[in-house]
Amino acid sequence: MYERKVAKAFDEPGCGTNQAKSDKDRKRGCGAQALTPGAAAGGCAFDGAKIALQPITDAAHLVHGPIACEGNSWDSRNSASSGPVLYRTGFTTDLGEFDIIHGGEKRLYRAIKEIVQRHRPPAVFVYVTCVTALIGDDVDAVCKAATERLETPVIPVGAPGFAGSKNLGNKLAGHALMDHVIGTIEPDETTPCDINVLGEYNVAGELWQVTPLLDRLGIRVLAPITGDARYRQVASAHRARVNMVVCSQALVSLARAMQERWDIPYFEGSFYGISDTSQSLRALARLLVERGAPADLSARTEALIEAEETRAWAALEPYRARLAGKRVLLYTGGVKSWSVVSALQEIGMVVIGTSVRKSTEEDKARIKDLMGEDAPMFGQIPNKQMYAMLLNREADILMSGGRTQFVALKSKTPWLDINQERHHAFAGYDGMIELVRRIDAELSSPIWAQVRAPAPWERAEGAA
Amino acid sequence: MTPVVSSGKSCAVNPLKLSPALGGALAFLGVERSLPLLHGSQGCTAFALVLMVRHFREAIPLQTTAMSELTTILGGAENVEEAVSNIYERARPRVIGICSTALTETRGEDVAADLRAARQRHPEWGDLDVVYASTPDYGGSLEQGWSRAVEAIVETLVPAAHGTRTLRQVNVLAGSHLTAADVEEIRDIVESFGLAAIVLPDLSNSLDGHVPDGHVPTSLGGTKVDEIAAMGRSVLTLALGEHMRPAAEALQRRTGVHYRLFDRLIGLDPCDAFVSTLLEVSGSEAPECLKRERSRLVDAMLDGHFSFDGQRVALAGEADLLLGLSSFFAGMGASIAAAIAPSASASLASVPAPRVTLGDLDDLEQQAGGCALIVANSHARDAAQRLAIPLYRVGFPVFDRLGAAQQVSVGYRGTRRLIVEVANILLDHTGEAHEVEPHGTPAAASHEPRKELDHAQAQAG
Repeated sequence: MYERKVAKAFDEPGCGTNQAKSDKDRKRGCGAQALTPGAAAGGCAFDGAKIALQPITDAAHLVHGPIACEGNSWDSRNSASSGPVLYRTGFTTDLGEFDIIHGGEKRLYRAIKEIVQRHRPPAVFVYVTCVTALIGDDVDAVCKAATERLETPVIPVGAPGFAGSKNLGNKLAGHALMDHVIGTIEPDETTPCDINVLGEYNVAGELWQVTPLLDRLGIRVLAPITGDARYRQVASAHRARVNMVVCSQALVSLARAMQERWDIPYFEGSFYGISDTSQSLRALARLLVERGAPADLSARTEALIEAEETRAWAALEPYRARLAGKRVLLYTGGVKSWSVVSALQEIGMVVIGTSVRKSTEEDKARIKDLMGEDAPMFGQIPNKQMYAMLLNREADILMSGGRTQFVALKSKTPWLDINQERHHAFAGYDGMIELVRRIDAELSSPIWAQVRAPAPWERAEGAA
Repeated sequence: MTPVVSSGKSCAVNPLKLSPALGGALAFLGVERSLPLLHGSQGCTAFALVLMVRHFREAIPLQTTAMSELTTILGGAENVEEAVSNIYERARPRVIGICSTALTETRGEDVAADLRAARQRHPEWGDLDVVYASTPDYGGSLEQGWSRAVEAIVETLVPAAHGTRTLRQVNVLAGSHLTAADVEEIRDIVESFGLAAIVLPDLSNSLDGHVPDGHVPTSLGGTKVDEIAAMGRSVLTLALGEHMRPAAEALQRRTGVHYRLFDRLIGLDPCDAFVSTLLEVSGSEAPECLKRERSRLVDAMLDGHFSFDGQRVALAGEADLLLGLSSFFAGMGASIAAAIAPSASASLASVPAPRVTLGDLDDLEQQAGGCALIVANSHARDAAQRLAIPLYRVGFPVFDRLGAAQQVSVGYRGTRRLIVEVANILLDHTGEAHEVEPHGTPAAASHEPRKELDHAQAQAG
């Protein structure tokens, strides 16, 4: 049963929030309450695991289950690759009734073999789903046998959907990497400025907004976990000097485990917004120097920060006047709930509320820091309520993911996509400039006046 | 009889198949004031929801019974009851349509019995109809799920009674291969004969893409429950698509209303067959506008067929969509080089191709080489790009273009639009290329340029 694995995930010495809980509360999991039938809206553990691992570009990702899991979800995420595209191929065992009754292990083995023979990937990730967990397919055993016989690492990812939330799935993916991947390959070379970035998935190419800055400082991303990654990189991540955890608390367990096993220090940071980007660069430099990088790295980092901040603020100056005081409703998850807040406040926008439904206690603490003790933090906002808020013009713009896009549009409210399906990159100094440009373009579209005007028959009635 | 072959792979690659539960949910969205509910883990709903939102560019009301590992083992009766309760409280739908998933089917639940017991405990649900459809993910694709849901709606909401007939009323059972705009077009055609049509499911004002006056927590439109209850009084049922046969049969069993099945509605012949039935049933004259539309279609066929002659086309899609479109292309003179369907169906035997493959988009890519056009959903765009062949987007999902639900391909008017659009793509793609490679003689190659050069020098000098 997956309960034991899941229970292990909920005891996390690396997470201050977790350790502060009573034993009873700790067992209940992070952030989210138990799911309410008829009122739940989130993704499942399988979703979270796939999101975390699929960006490994040259690996094959095989979903072991009936069609729904992969068939309804593949080809949806905008994680970009600078090279291999195998990760974009949807592979699934597409179990039929026969396999479910008699067991899907043989089919799984044959599927892995077909993939290895045709594509010769450096690795195959096999994702367990609800049904294959329920019928008791021994995916671990099949993967082990396949690894030996096919001479290719075949990694089981035990995060069936019904085990829990998307966040849990992220964690379980981290476990899979620790158990089977990280430490299995030695890098060709290392430098004293090697880092890993955990929880950055290169959505819309965002990692590429940050790596040029790192290049200028001589900082090398040994393993992106997992944006634009090659399997070899992730497998040799144990040789990095510093880990940066980008995505909220999901992969902190992985960072902590890597610290335990290989003494790699980690910190949490964000690349959204000018000050957060600068802070992250400073933290990287500081930790790297502590671990033996050339001492002048700190000075060079400060120089770069100063140059970039000056450039970025200069580029943003023309927008300040237009955006100052404009009100934003932020409805997104995790790290973005606070990191984007500070970015928007920097240019004088007012964040009238942010959702913490997917946030941890630490996220919430940061929000309070930024927005004051009575920061308007929302849990889940039901669509009806959000529609009413927007129709009432309580916000000038909604920034969220695709699911609430239409609540905004139907209430004729400007909207910006800041979730994983987004097509624009908002990381680093350039990303901030882009974010502001996009917000400004959206707010100043000439359609708003037009669509909000009454129809001819409505006008006539008004006049009479 | 076209042979249907399975690709024989153990691993689907770039799946074409979609979950039946999603098909079922879509069908329920064609009922007014409905809210579909998937009985499974929350991920099933999240994935289906996101995909539908991307395709329709609409907020989609879809909920989950949020099954966990524990509740799966113990049984989900409480989850179903709690879900229905919560949905009823928040959204007051008229109908909740429940679709099972592989998880709950594998575990084996008697949802019908659970619902009966739950209703006993909840007298306040008096004005709520709950329809349960069995749509396990291992049982076919989107089409099968849609079919099961419509059958379940008929079994649950149409009273079993053989009563008096309303002479000018017909039922239209609309298949999943029809867009919201297709459904509206069909309704217009039927109504132009002075007939009243009860269309089930009716996506034409539910997922057509409009801005309602206020916030609506359920489907934005669709077949009214009262209308469904009145289907037994129609004089005939028009079943559109082979996968609507089970629902048509169920309707006939319950009410005695006979049905006629139209497996295709794209192309002159299929449209003529449909119109003949309407002439028969209505006893009316064909309306002038329809006659004009037919004449325009014939004109488009004459103008457009040159672009289709001898062209090789590759198609992938649900069975009835595949049948309708492949027949259209063959009927215009093209040949079908590849026909891929995600699951088995009686329709496939009629596809005008050397064979039909039960497979995925990888099979499409393997077989589409050298074609002039690929006809499939948005997932095929990478393959089309690799093959450097234009992709004409049809079916579900189409998430990288606007207006998927507003595309009309049926009837005389829809067929004409399709001819024009496809012909223009083919013209665009093949227009620039020479049919014969340019070829110069050695004499031409050495003389002409030099001659020009001397001439230029003479001018300058």
